[in-house]
Amino acid sequence: MTVAKAMTECLAAEGITTVFGYPGAAICPFYDELENTDIRHILVRHEVNGGHAASGYARITGKPAVAIATSGPGALNLITAIATAYMDSVPMVVITGQVNSDQIGRDVFQEADITGSAEPFVKHSYLLKRPEDTAEVFKRAFYIAGTGRRGPVLIDVPFDVQKAEIDFEYPETVDIRSYRPSSTGNGNQIKRAAAAIAASKKPLILAGGGLFTGNAVELMRKFAEHTDIPVVSTMMGLGAMPTNSPLFYGMLGMHGCKAANNAVNTCDTLILLGARVGDRAIATMKQRDDLTVIHVDIDPAEIGKNLDVDIPIVGDLTLVLGQLLEAVSGGADRSEWKNKLDSFREDKPVEPAPAGYVNPKQFIRTLDKYLPDDAVVVADVGQNQIWTAANITLNGGRFLTSGGMGTMGYSLPAAIGAKLAAPSREVVAVCGDGSFQMQMMELATAVQHNVPVKVIVMRNNYLGMVRELQERAYDNRLTAVSLDGSPCFTKLADAYGIQNELVDSPDKMDAAIQQLISSDRPYLIEAAVEEYEKTIL
Amino acid sequence: MKHTISVLVENHAGVLARVAGLFARRGFNIDSLAVGVTDDEKVSRITIVADGSAYTLEQIEKQLNKLIDVIKVKTLHNDTAVTRELVLIKVSCTPKQRAELISIAEIAKGKISDISTNSMTIELSDSKQNLDNFEELLRPYGIKEVVRTGTIAMQKGEATVRV
Repeated sequence: MTVAKAMTECLAAEGITTVFGYPGAAICPFYDELENTDIRHILVRHEVNGGHAASGYARITGKPAVAIATSGPGALNLITAIATAYMDSVPMVVITGQVNSDQIGRDVFQEADITGSAEPFVKHSYLLKRPEDTAEVFKRAFYIAGTGRRGPVLIDVPFDVQKAEIDFEYPETVDIRSYRPSSTGNGNQIKRAAAAIAASKKPLILAGGGLFTGNAVELMRKFAEHTDIPVVSTMMGLGAMPTNSPLFYGMLGMHGCKAANNAVNTCDTLILLGARVGDRAIATMKQRDDLTVIHVDIDPAEIGKNLDVDIPIVGDLTLVLGQLLEAVSGGADRSEWKNKLDSFREDKPVEPAPAGYVNPKQFIRTLDKYLPDDAVVVADVGQNQIWTAANITLNGGRFLTSGGMGTMGYSLPAAIGAKLAAPSREVVAVCGDGSFQMQMMELATAVQHNVPVKVIVMRNNYLGMVRELQERAYDNRLTAVSLDGSPCFTKLADAYGIQNELVDSPDKMDAAIQQLISSDRPYLIEAAVEEYEKTIL
Repeated sequence: MKHTISVLVENHAGVLARVAGLFARRGFNIDSLAVGVTDDEKVSRITIVADGSAYTLEQIEKQLNKLIDVIKVKTLHNDTAVTRELVLIKVSCTPKQRAELISIAEIAKGKISDISTNSMTIELSDSKQNLDNFEELLRPYGIKEVVRTGTIAMQKGEATVRV
């Protein structure tokens, strides 16, 4: 068979049923074969969004998802999505077309060195030069993307290679001598960690996004409950501990809540589980000598990178948590510590919005009231992200966002991917009017492929978070942050044939949100937010 | 502080670019780099001398280990490893100066690789410091060109860095 055909066989062998992409000349042999399979192809309206949609899909299924683009500009457009997935450890296999092998390096039409360009943002990449390597390369790519610290793997396939004839057999096993991803924690370090936890009066778990990629959410809850240790979360870890658990104290960091930040600055032992603690997460954390830090991560390079660590444990979270559950006995009395943390909790009342607007926090809380428990909420980047992260409750639901890279335009394509991965779950994208205009072409994708995602556009006519920065750090000189000239978003939704509503007063919120959730088709709400609304109130 | 790192990698096209790119984008400075195949033709060895703190060295080792094509990473310590560079130095040399330069080369355990009417090329393999000294010794004669390799290194005794 041809390599193009073999590529589709590889995808089928990996259980791939849905792929996201955008065709072009150099990838056409593969597309021609894709048409002969049962694999569903979702045509996005910009390659980067194919990458983000695959990211949303992968974060729900936990398995590598596939994004496809052609050579040159198509592949280059994917880079931001690849980097976004890399920063958030999302498993993804990216397939790009490449110009003919014998033309590589001659600057021919639509040629780009994509393996070179994407190198800093991929877990690994292949330029498939020898047709007979196809099966082995695909097997390895899926294995690398979906094990260890998850991440994107790129396979670049020249046009002539796609058309070459090969004998095809998909390998059953894979063995890469330089890649041994799964491991238990070092027994000695487990003992040290157990001793530190036993001696601790004020232990605290910091839950990170690795709990989701490592399928360790349930075990972490079990460990927290068994040991009665309070939990705070990074933005990527939101939802790992249910919001309604009495042991949960919220999100830490620059935009985190008082309870979580105080907890981190008061605890005597901090247990990081799958949290790489990016700079924003530990922005409010004070350096202290009297703190014992236990850091569990599958990637040794993250341990000690951003935070000094006393007890490093490298390993698979499920395995390490299993070891810790055995090593740490329950029954400690933590009432004094929990009472102290409870005293940090605060419930900030929501200020009423001026006439003609809704308060974005109140809007998210209202959305939250009606969303089913297992809903998936995808927040974009900017003020909308913080409003959503701070006001959504997650008791079985998921919160997805571009936490590491902070890529605007992530929410709608990622929501489309998430909805396709979990059709029975309600999926809502929340974005601002800035980020929406980076992705609004994807409304067509939702319509064409009948993906009933719901979209909330928080319209304040500003790039609000940058504006706040300019108010604070640039003497209120507002530069290039006004979004004057934006279209009417409800009319735009009309143009796509998408049901919609403008919500510009609190008394319209409940009915509009109920309408949005009950619709079985794509639906858009434009929420009018006062122009100078702050991120944190 | 200087660190000598011995890295065993799969002998594929593009591996050197991945390793060198990693150093560049993570802000690790490379002083020298030497690449060659090992006794196993599927495995190459990259020997890197890099500058940085203990934190930097730890990050270098960890980030190198994350590259799929990297098989093994080992930092060698100067007091427990033999380190060598090779230099070719072309110096101005009139016929009258030949005997003098040949004796300098002999004392340093160098070798005369080429001679012309007014120049001499001397090759020498030694530690970086000894090569520096040798270069200074020849400078008064007029150095026309210097070509130096990167450092290669091997642990002393029976210890090995191999797959």
